[in-house]
Amino acid sequence: MTPLTSRAWPQRLGYLLLAAVLLFALAGPLLWPDYAGQQLMRFLETPSLAEPLGRDQLGRSVIARLASAARLSLWLAGLCVLSAALLGCLLGVLSAWRGGWTDTVLRGLADGVLALPGLLIVLIFSAMAQGGFLTLYIGLALAQWVEYFRMTRARSRLLLASPHVEASRLLGFGPAHIVRRHLWPELAPMLLTMMSFGLATAILALSTLGFVGVGIQPPTPELGLMMTEALPHYSEAPQLLLAPVAVLALTLAALVLLRPLEVNS
Amino acid sequence: MDSARQRALARICGQRLLQAAIVSLLVAALCFLLVQQLPGDMAFRIAAGRYGYDYVDAAAADAVRQELGLARPSWQQFAGWLGQLAQLQLGQSLVTGGAVLAEIAHHLGATVQLAAASVALALGVGLPLGLASGLAPGGWADRLTLGYSVLLRALPPFLLGLMLMLGLSVQLGWAPAAGHGEGGNLLLPALTLGLGLSGLTARIVRDSVLAVVQADYYRFARSKGLAPWRVFLRHGLRNIGVTVVAYAGVQLILLIEGVVVVESLFAWPGVGHALVHAIFWRDVPMIQGCTLLLAWLFVLMNTATDLLCLAIDPRGPAES
Repeated sequence: MTPLTSRAWPQRLGYLLLAAVLLFALAGPLLWPDYAGQQLMRFLETPSLAEPLGRDQLGRSVIARLASAARLSLWLAGLCVLSAALLGCLLGVLSAWRGGWTDTVLRGLADGVLALPGLLIVLIFSAMAQGGFLTLYIGLALAQWVEYFRMTRARSRLLLASPHVEASRLLGFGPAHIVRRHLWPELAPMLLTMMSFGLATAILALSTLGFVGVGIQPPTPELGLMMTEALPHYSEAPQLLLAPVAVLALTLAALVLLRPLEVNS
Repeated sequence: MDSARQRALARICGQRLLQAAIVSLLVAALCFLLVQQLPGDMAFRIAAGRYGYDYVDAAAADAVRQELGLARPSWQQFAGWLGQLAQLQLGQSLVTGGAVLAEIAHHLGATVQLAAASVALALGVGLPLGLASGLAPGGWADRLTLGYSVLLRALPPFLLGLMLMLGLSVQLGWAPAAGHGEGGNLLLPALTLGLGLSGLTARIVRDSVLAVVQADYYRFARSKGLAPWRVFLRHGLRNIGVTVVAYAGVQLILLIEGVVVVESLFAWPGVGHALVHAIFWRDVPMIQGCTLLLAWLFVLMNTATDLLCLAIDPRGPAES
């Protein structure tokens, strides 16, 4: 292996960045709670000590909106990834366990979903959502479960056919024990890697939808939406656009750095 | 062509056809669901579309409901919906009134142009970089491409596009920021999409090259005294090609998603742009048509990569 793969500092940097973003998303809304209040007399105010990022075109506090948007992105994406992982793993283990018809049907469904790029699924659901969280959440989760399903199914099939599991079965242990002692320890580390990847995908999809204008609707602050709103005021107040861009890029960079940097390792 | 080859060919085509059928069913179901849960009475909306909002009353809505069978149970309506799709009747756009098929055919050219330009750019940048870093792992080219690919992975297409737009066209004025039809218009969208793909391409090429160069058969060819370029052409190229093409198939998802985002960012009049606008207007026939087309395009390109892999490596894909 090359020295590039000694992944000490990139991963440490990733954790540091992620902690910073998390801190901002958790503490920010407490420090600057008012993200909706408009003060039209103070539109596009330049940054000051009380308002580190100034105010936007409607005189709303940019830092309060940014913190709220970061929190929204993180919890919504986190929820989606957790649900997708749960659904994918359950179906994957079920498929490997039962085999036969269950397996064929589930695999066919997964193949079909796989032919539909995730963003398209999310887009269709965003047409149903009309700005609501719930439908967007369902769409994002449905776009991601297949990866977990495929991984879990492939690994579980091998594991379930192994002598260890056979021995467990012969000793009379039930499915719960086999899942807990034989499947889970093998699957867990891979799941974590996939979830950090999925988190980045979900955050990205959410902000892409917001940016294009079909995701979460104003006045709720959202990173992509904030960029679109700030675009016309770029020459007067570039920080309006650059702040959400920086938060998004840093979040994604943190999640990229957490994983091993090689493509196929 | 021997029979094993034919069997592999038939299997690939059969699998991909099945996949296309399932994905069509899926898209149709999602769009049907979308229609069903749109607010308001569908019969009223259609009647309003036909006669104008001022002339709709309950009787007109009832007539429409009778005529289109909107009172039937939803599974029967869904069967009807699928039947239409099976005959490739994609219906009419609710906004422009034109046939969806014709509208999409109109947009397809622009999308293909953009996708082809970006893939060419991604390969043009990614192949040499990947080769250079794979042949000298740990060298400066390797470190450069690693940093480059990590940076690009933290920069989603719309951020990259935004930066290029602000940098190249607002600040420097080198290229028009958006639009279509004039010479320089393709530059920014293709650059955004192509650069975005090139990082991953470089890393994939690098990994494939490295795997081949370190393989026993490659080292043996070197140690029996063949010139390096001859070893590369004879033993390297084909083996590297299989992995790169196989991975390229996976990357196609990024291409399709990128097309949607980049087209809407730069107002490039392709299928992705049409899709996003159809979603704005809840134009369900257009949503269904565009999504189906993009999904079919994806399956088609995947089939092409499968066949290309088979052509490069006649042994066929390894059985998993």
